[in-house]
Amino acid sequence: MSLPKEFRYSEEHEWVKDEGDNLRIGITDFAQSELGDIVFVELPEVGDDLELDAPFGSVESVKTVSELYAPVAGKVVEVNEDLEDSPELVNESPHEKAWMVVVEPSDKSQLDDLMDADAYKEMTEDE
Amino acid sequence: MAKQTDFPVIFELSQEGRKGYQLPDLDVPDVDLDAEFASDYIRTEQADLPEVSELQIMRHYTALSTRNHGVDSGFYPLGSCTMKYNPKVNEDVARYPGFSMVHPYQQVSSIQGALGLMYDLQESLCEITGMDAVTLQSAAGAQGEWTGLMMIRALHEANGDHHRTKVIVPDSAHGTNPASATVAGFEAVTVKSNNEGLVDLDDLRRVVDENTAALMLTNPNTLGLFEEHILEMASIIHEAGGRLYYDGANLNAIMGYTRPGDMGFDVVHLNLHKTFTGPHGGGGPGSGPVGVTEELAKFLPKPLISKNQDGFYFDSDRPSSIGRIKPYYGNFGINVRAYTYIRSMGPDGLKQVSENAVVNANYMMRRLQEEFHLPFTQHCKHEFVLSGKNQKKMGVRTLDIAKRLLDFGYHPPTIYFPINVEEALMVEPTETESKETLDEFIDAMIQISEEAKDDPEIVQEAPHSTVVGRMDETQAARKPVLRYYREES
Repeated sequence: MSLPKEFRYSEEHEWVKDEGDNLRIGITDFAQSELGDIVFVELPEVGDDLELDAPFGSVESVKTVSELYAPVAGKVVEVNEDLEDSPELVNESPHEKAWMVVVEPSDKSQLDDLMDADAYKEMTEDE
Repeated sequence: MAKQTDFPVIFELSQEGRKGYQLPDLDVPDVDLDAEFASDYIRTEQADLPEVSELQIMRHYTALSTRNHGVDSGFYPLGSCTMKYNPKVNEDVARYPGFSMVHPYQQVSSIQGALGLMYDLQESLCEITGMDAVTLQSAAGAQGEWTGLMMIRALHEANGDHHRTKVIVPDSAHGTNPASATVAGFEAVTVKSNNEGLVDLDDLRRVVDENTAALMLTNPNTLGLFEEHILEMASIIHEAGGRLYYDGANLNAIMGYTRPGDMGFDVVHLNLHKTFTGPHGGGGPGSGPVGVTEELAKFLPKPLISKNQDGFYFDSDRPSSIGRIKPYYGNFGINVRAYTYIRSMGPDGLKQVSENAVVNANYMMRRLQEEFHLPFTQHCKHEFVLSGKNQKKMGVRTLDIAKRLLDFGYHPPTIYFPINVEEALMVEPTETESKETLDEFIDAMIQISEEAKDDPEIVQEAPHSTVVGRMDETQAARKPVLRYYREES
């Protein structure tokens, strides 16, 4: 299971990549493998505000629908529109091609409350 | 029997000129279509309909019908669906001419029997749920939910509480709950479950505020566990000015022992096609009556069935009603079946139903927990949720277990729901199954778990005995083919 060291991770299985001013967000390799084949991804629109820990979209697989919880608060500045027609990207490339939103954080220090790769790995091994 | 993997659709059986009908000679004047209709409305080509004989039609549909699995053909422990046996006396009664040959526009004086049945059913459902008034109009559970929420909305609006826009729903709830809340114009807010599988009271206190319109709850909940703090939950919601909505999907566990009204609920919907033996699945239709307390009764859809000195009548003089929610008077045929069931069981019989449903579920749970992980270990009510995580370690997922059960002739339990249990398997045996059937199913489950250890491929590649094997569910969801096109020959 791939786990980039430079990402931060949430308990709800989102990853966050620090890109300076903005943060890129997606779901983890572990999350996609638990969900199974993804068939639909619902994302917010550019300009929407994300509230910390609140749902901002959903990922639907053959077996279930799972909500996306905002790992940080902020404004959506970019949305991955490829996922609308190609939800399979979430299974094939969860950490790269299937990024979901780019957010301008309202308080970047919220990143510090997220897990690093080792802590996230430990959490998923307990599950 | 040979596998029939290539099962033709009826269009593929068509032979030009073959007929399955005989019409008498035309004995009325022929109509000149061109003279009667604008040319835009007249078809210029023959409709591409299948041309088959009566015998071909019979064989085709009889063969299709044998591919179905129903309660009449085998065990169907589909959690949260209450797939119990539908007594055939219900069918007898529903076919009485006084019920089956009536017309919705018939004079009220000529359908007093049918109206009397509806009136008595309203009264019976009030008694069973502890509500003050009931509508029989809503067509099934989800419409019942929406109807109930629209009445709660009407109440808040009548009180000037336009800010009450939030409906609280547990994270283990049926997916229809947040969906109904959204369709009724509310915002659905999730309340979390605690480690015991019950609503977390601290989280409930956190999400409740002056904007709370209602809490939607099933009790027992979707894990088959009784929300034992229901009275405290009711007071939390009521003190905040909200109302309690009871999703009746799980009423089969408590009938005759307790009532939603006694737990503090203000609105209740029932699934007559579950608890009250309307046929369920593969035919339906459903029926989802809604009961309310006195406070909400004036908002009920109209008409209700009422009684005065002249007999029963459609009571439409209800100015605060949310209006009509379905043409005519609900799914009357299903309501006849439910009434027949209630009257043939009687109060003691219905109580026995719940007792047997709960005993059956606990018996299965305790035997199966030796082989399968049981995330919540307290006694259950009418259903229980196992986790397939022990088997997952062998590379066998819950989906594989479900598919393997088909080889034993069972409909699998509900899987991957509720979503707060990993690899969930949700089993509801109902009261109508014998101990032998329960034991046979348990033995099959244990055998599958053994196979997962010794020979996982047999489970991973199941089913082996069905007409078709695994469907490509992913492709069906990503690129659904929704129309049949006849291939050009």
